[in-house]
Amino acid sequence: MLNYELVVIGGGPAGLAAAIEARKNGVQNILVLERDLELGGILQQCIHNGFGLHIFKEELTGPEYAQRFINELLEMDIEYKTDTMVLDISEIKTITAVNKQDGLIQISANAIILAMGCRERTRGAIRIPGTRPAGVFTAGTAQRFINIEGYMVGRRIVILGSGDIGLIMARRLTLEGAKVLAVAELMPYSSGLTRNIVQCLHDYDIPLLLSHTVTDIRGKDRVTGVTISKVDQNLKPIPGSEKEYQCDTLLLSVGLIPENELSLQANIKLDPRTGGPIVNESMETSVEGIFACGNVVHVHDLVDYVTEEAQKAGAGAADYIFEEITEKIPAVPIVPQEGVNYIIPQNIRIDNLNGFLDLMLRVTSVYRNAKICVRADEKTIKEVKRPHLSPGEMERVRLNSNIMKTIRPKTISLYIDGEKTQYAI
Amino acid sequence: MFDILIIGAGICGTSIARELTRFKLKIALVDKENDVSNGTTKANSAIIHAGYDPKPGTLMAELNSRGNPMFDTLCSRLQVPFKRIGSLVLAFNDTDLKTLGKLYKQGIQNRISKMEIIDRDQLRNLEPEINPAAIGALYAQTAGIVGPWELAIALAENAIDNGAELYLNSPVVSINKVDKVFTVTTDSAQFRSKVVINCAGVQADKINNLIAPPEFKIMPRRGEYYVLDKTAGKMVRHVVFQPPGDLGKGVLVTPTVHGNVLIGPNSERVSRDDAIETTAQGLEYIQKTAQQSFTNIPLHQTINIFAGLRAEPDTGDFIIAESPTVKGFINIAGIKSPGLSAAPAIAEKVVGIVDSILPALKPNQDFIETRREIIHFAELSDKAKARLIKKDPRYARIICRCENITEGEIVDAIHRNAGATTVDSVKRRVRPGTGRCQGGFCMPRVIEILAREQNQEMDNILKDGLNSPVLTGMTKSEEIRESEPAFTAPQLKEVEC
Ligand SMILES: Cc1cc2nc3c(=O)[nH]c(=O)nc-3n(C[C@H](O)[C@H](O)[C@H](O)COP(=O)(O)OP(=O)(O)OC[C@H]3O[C@@H](n4cnc5c(N)ncnc54)[C@H](O)[C@@H]3O)c2cc1C
Ligand SMILES: Cc1cc2nc3c(=O)[nH]c(=O)nc-3n(C[C@H](O)[C@H](O)[C@H](O)COP(=O)(O)OP(=O)(O)OC[C@H]3O[C@@H](n4cnc5c(N)ncnc54)[C@H](O)[C@@H]3O)c2cc1C
Repeated sequence: MLNYELVVIGGGPAGLAAAIEARKNGVQNILVLERDLELGGILQQCIHNGFGLHIFKEELTGPEYAQRFINELLEMDIEYKTDTMVLDISEIKTITAVNKQDGLIQISANAIILAMGCRERTRGAIRIPGTRPAGVFTAGTAQRFINIEGYMVGRRIVILGSGDIGLIMARRLTLEGAKVLAVAELMPYSSGLTRNIVQCLHDYDIPLLLSHTVTDIRGKDRVTGVTISKVDQNLKPIPGSEKEYQCDTLLLSVGLIPENELSLQANIKLDPRTGGPIVNESMETSVEGIFACGNVVHVHDLVDYVTEEAQKAGAGAADYIFEEITEKIPAVPIVPQEGVNYIIPQNIRIDNLNGFLDLMLRVTSVYRNAKICVRADEKTIKEVKRPHLSPGEMERVRLNSNIMKTIRPKTISLYIDGEKTQYAI
Repeated sequence: MFDILIIGAGICGTSIARELTRFKLKIALVDKENDVSNGTTKANSAIIHAGYDPKPGTLMAELNSRGNPMFDTLCSRLQVPFKRIGSLVLAFNDTDLKTLGKLYKQGIQNRISKMEIIDRDQLRNLEPEINPAAIGALYAQTAGIVGPWELAIALAENAIDNGAELYLNSPVVSINKVDKVFTVTTDSAQFRSKVVINCAGVQADKINNLIAPPEFKIMPRRGEYYVLDKTAGKMVRHVVFQPPGDLGKGVLVTPTVHGNVLIGPNSERVSRDDAIETTAQGLEYIQKTAQQSFTNIPLHQTINIFAGLRAEPDTGDFIIAESPTVKGFINIAGIKSPGLSAAPAIAEKVVGIVDSILPALKPNQDFIETRREIIHFAELSDKAKARLIKKDPRYARIICRCENITEGEIVDAIHRNAGATTVDSVKRRVRPGTGRCQGGFCMPRVIEILAREQNQEMDNILKDGLNSPVLTGMTKSEEIRESEPAFTAPQLKEVEC
C-alpha cells in the first residue's frame, strides 16, 4: 500500500490547479492520477482559442491553457501517473488504481480531491427514435476524432444542440470541408455563448433552428437522413412541422453529466440538481477529507472558473491535512429558490470563511432586467442587477465573509426577481 | 462437399450447428451479416420463459418446456450469463386473476414445475416497488434471463472449435438441387451440401421459396424497447409481465443479466423484414403501459432504445420439419417467442430429423463441451487482477471506463473463433460502449485496437453492418479517399471443405 498526504483523481484543469494550490499551501506528498495518456483533460482536444480570458487576460487555446498548469506542476515536482485508471475509492480514503507499469495499486490518502470531469449525454438519454446506424456521434467524441486522431466523422452534418461544444464543432467541421446543414436547438434560446453563435454559425451561414429537435434518424448502416421538427411551448414536436435533411452524420451536443461513479462508491452524497457532490465552502464533500472540483461537481462553461474552484479545493484540502479547520460540521445551507436551479456550494461553515464567499449558480429560465437576490434567513441582504440571465450561463455572486460572520444566518437563500420570458426549463 | 449447410446464424442456426458437431459431419454455417446473432437474436426480451404461456400441444409448448431446464448446464459450460430469477404475471382485477388461473392450468398441462399464484403481500415481498394496485401474480420460479447474443456467439465459437465452418457476409441468393446434392449460392461463393437447414428468421419464407413451393408466410411483428442504466437496476428483481392481452405477453419490465433494466416490447405488424427502427408512438405506448407495473420508472436513465422483429408464421406454431416437397431441405421457421427458450430443444429435435435423412450419424470423439476461458477483469478479486496483469499488461489498460473493460479482453474477443470485427461486435462480446457513455469515451480506443489487430486503417473500421464505416477519411483529405469504395465484394468462388 502506497501512502500520500493528498491524491488527486483526474489530471484535467481542475485536478492540475488543485494539486498546484495544495502544494502552494504546504502539502508535500501529492499524487495526481490520470486515466488518459496525457495530462490536461478534455482541454487537449479543444484546439480553438478563447480560454484564459479571466485568469491570464489573454486568449489561449485549450492545450495552451492546460500546458501552463502542466508546466507549473512539473516545476513543482508534483508526482503524477498517467494511463492510470482509478477503479475504486472507499470512505476511509483508500484508492485502487491500475496501470501497465505498476499493475494494480492501492493507495491510502489523508485527503482526496475528485476531479474526474464529466461525460456527454447520448442519443439514448434523449431517446431519439429511428434506426441505429453509424454516423451518430456526441460532439465531444467527434471533436476527439478530428482534433486528436486526425479522422473525419462525416461530410453532410446536422447538429442537435447549440451548446458551446456543438457550436465550436459546426465551425471546425466546416473548416475541414464538411457541410453543416443546420444546428437544431430544442429550447427557444441557445445555451452557448453569444460570441460562439456569431463566430461559429453566422460567419459561416449555418442556420440555427431554435425550438426545433430531431425526431427521426434514418439509414440502415450509415445515417442517410434525419427529420427535424418544430416543438411547441411544452417542448413537444408539432405534427406537420417535420422537415427532412439528407445527411450522413448527426452530432449531438445535448448536455454534459458529471462523472460520479467513484463518488458513489465512497458514499458521497450527490445533489440531484447538479448531478455532482454536495460541497461546502472549501469544496469538501459529505465525506470528510474528500474534496471535489471542476466538472465533476457541476458543469462549467468557462475553464477559468474551473481553475478558481480547484484552487479553493486545493487550499481546503491543505487546511484539512494540517488540521486548520475550526468548525467541522457545515451549519448553514444555501438554498435555491424562485428562478434558481442550483447553487455551489450547497452549504457553508461560517467560521471557516475567509475574504470572499463566491456563490456559483444557474437560473431556471431566461430573464430580462433581473436581480439576483440573496436572503439571509428572512432578510434580503444583497441584490445584483443583471440585464439578462440565461440557464446557459453560469452566474457568480460574491458575499463578504465578515458580513456573514456578523449576521450569522441560519440559512441563506437565492432567488431571482425579474421579467421571466414565457419559457421555463 | 458439406454434409450440412445451415442458413442463418441466429440462436437457432448456432444451436443446431453446435449440436450437430457432436457427430462426424462437415458443417457450414452461413449468414448474410458480418457477425453471428445480428438478426432477431440480438433484439428481444432475453427471457427464458417458464413455459406456461404457449398453447398445450403446440411445438412451442413442447420445446419451451424441454428447452428451459437445459439452460443451466449449457450456459455454465459455455460461460454465458444466465440467471434463473423467476417471473411474475400481474393481476389488477378479478378478470386478470381468472386469466392467471388459466395460465397456471396451461402450465400444469405443459408440465411446468414451481408455479404458484401469490397474493398482494407475497408480491410486495418479491417486488417492493411494484404498483400497489396489483392484487396478485402468477409466480413462475423457473423463468430466467440470458445474454441472447452472447449465447449465440458462444455456440458459434464452440461449433467452430469442434470443426464447423462459419461464413459471414454471405447472403444466400439461390438454392438448387441436382442428384440429391444442393448447391447454395451466395453473392460471392457456391457451397455444395447434402442437407440444407433454413434458419433464416424473418426471411425464412424467402429462403424456402428459393427451392420449395411457398408453404408458409412470415409476417414480421416489431417490438421496441428501452434499456435503462444500471443505477436503475435495483427497481426490479424478477421478470414482470402484465396480464396477457390480444397482442401476446404484453409489456414487461425485467432486469438484464448485466444489471440494466429492459422495458418493452410493443407488438406492431410491419411490412418490411428490416424495419428495426424505433418509433415515437411505439416508445410512448411502452412508457404508458409499463407504468401500470411500476408507477415510477426512471425513463430519464435510458441509455439505449432498440427494436426487434418477431418471425410470426401464418401457421401459428413453430415449423420444424423436412420440407414435404424437397427431401433434405429442413425448415426451422416461424421461430417467434419463445424461440430463444426453445433453441436448445429445437437443436436436439433437428438432430433427430438429420438422423432420419443421412445414413447413421457417428459420434465426434473429439467434441469439447466448453470454450477457452473468458476473463472478465472487473469481476476478478484484487489478487487475481494483480496476477493477471503480471502475465499480460494489456489487462491493466482500461478501455471502457463505464464497465471497466480492458484492452486484454477486447483483443481476446477479436481473436477468438467467430471473433469480433466491428465496433458493435466487440460491444456484443465484451460490452465496451454498453454503459452510460454509450461509447463516447471508448469508441476511439476500440477502433484503434480493431485497426491494429486486423492490420487495417482506422477509417476502414465498421460500426456494424457492411456499409457502416464510423469515420469517413483523414482530416484535410476528403477528396483522396472519397473515391474508394468502403467494401469490395470478392469474386464468386467454390467453397470446398
Ligand atoms: C467535449 C467537451 C468539450 C469542451 N469544450 C470546451 C470549450 O471549448 N471551452 C470551454 O471553456 N470549456 C469546454 N468544455 C468544458 C471543459 O470541460 C471544462 O471547462 C474543463 O475542461 C473541466 O475541467 P475538469 O478538470 O473538471 O474536467 P476534464 O477536463 O474533463 O478532466 C477530467 C480528467 O479526469 C480524468 N479521469 C476521469 N475519471 C478518472 C478515473 N477514474 N481515474 C483517473 N482519471 C480519471 C479524465 O481522463 C480527465 O482527464 C468542454 C467539455 C467537454 C466535455
Ligand atoms: C420483440 C421480441 C421479443 C422476444 N422475446 C423473447 C423472449 O423473451 N424469450 C424467447 O424465448 N424468445 C423471444 N423472442 C423470440 C426470439 O428472439 C427468436 O425466436 C429467436 O431469436 C429467433 O432466432 P432465429 O435464429 O430463428 O432467427 P434470427 O436471430 O433472426 O436469425 C436469422 C439469421 O438468418 C440470417 N439470414 C436471413 N436471410 C439470409 C440469407 N438470405 N442468407 C444468409 N443469411 C440470412 C439473418 O442474417 C439472421 O442472422 C422475442 C422476439 C422478439 C422480436
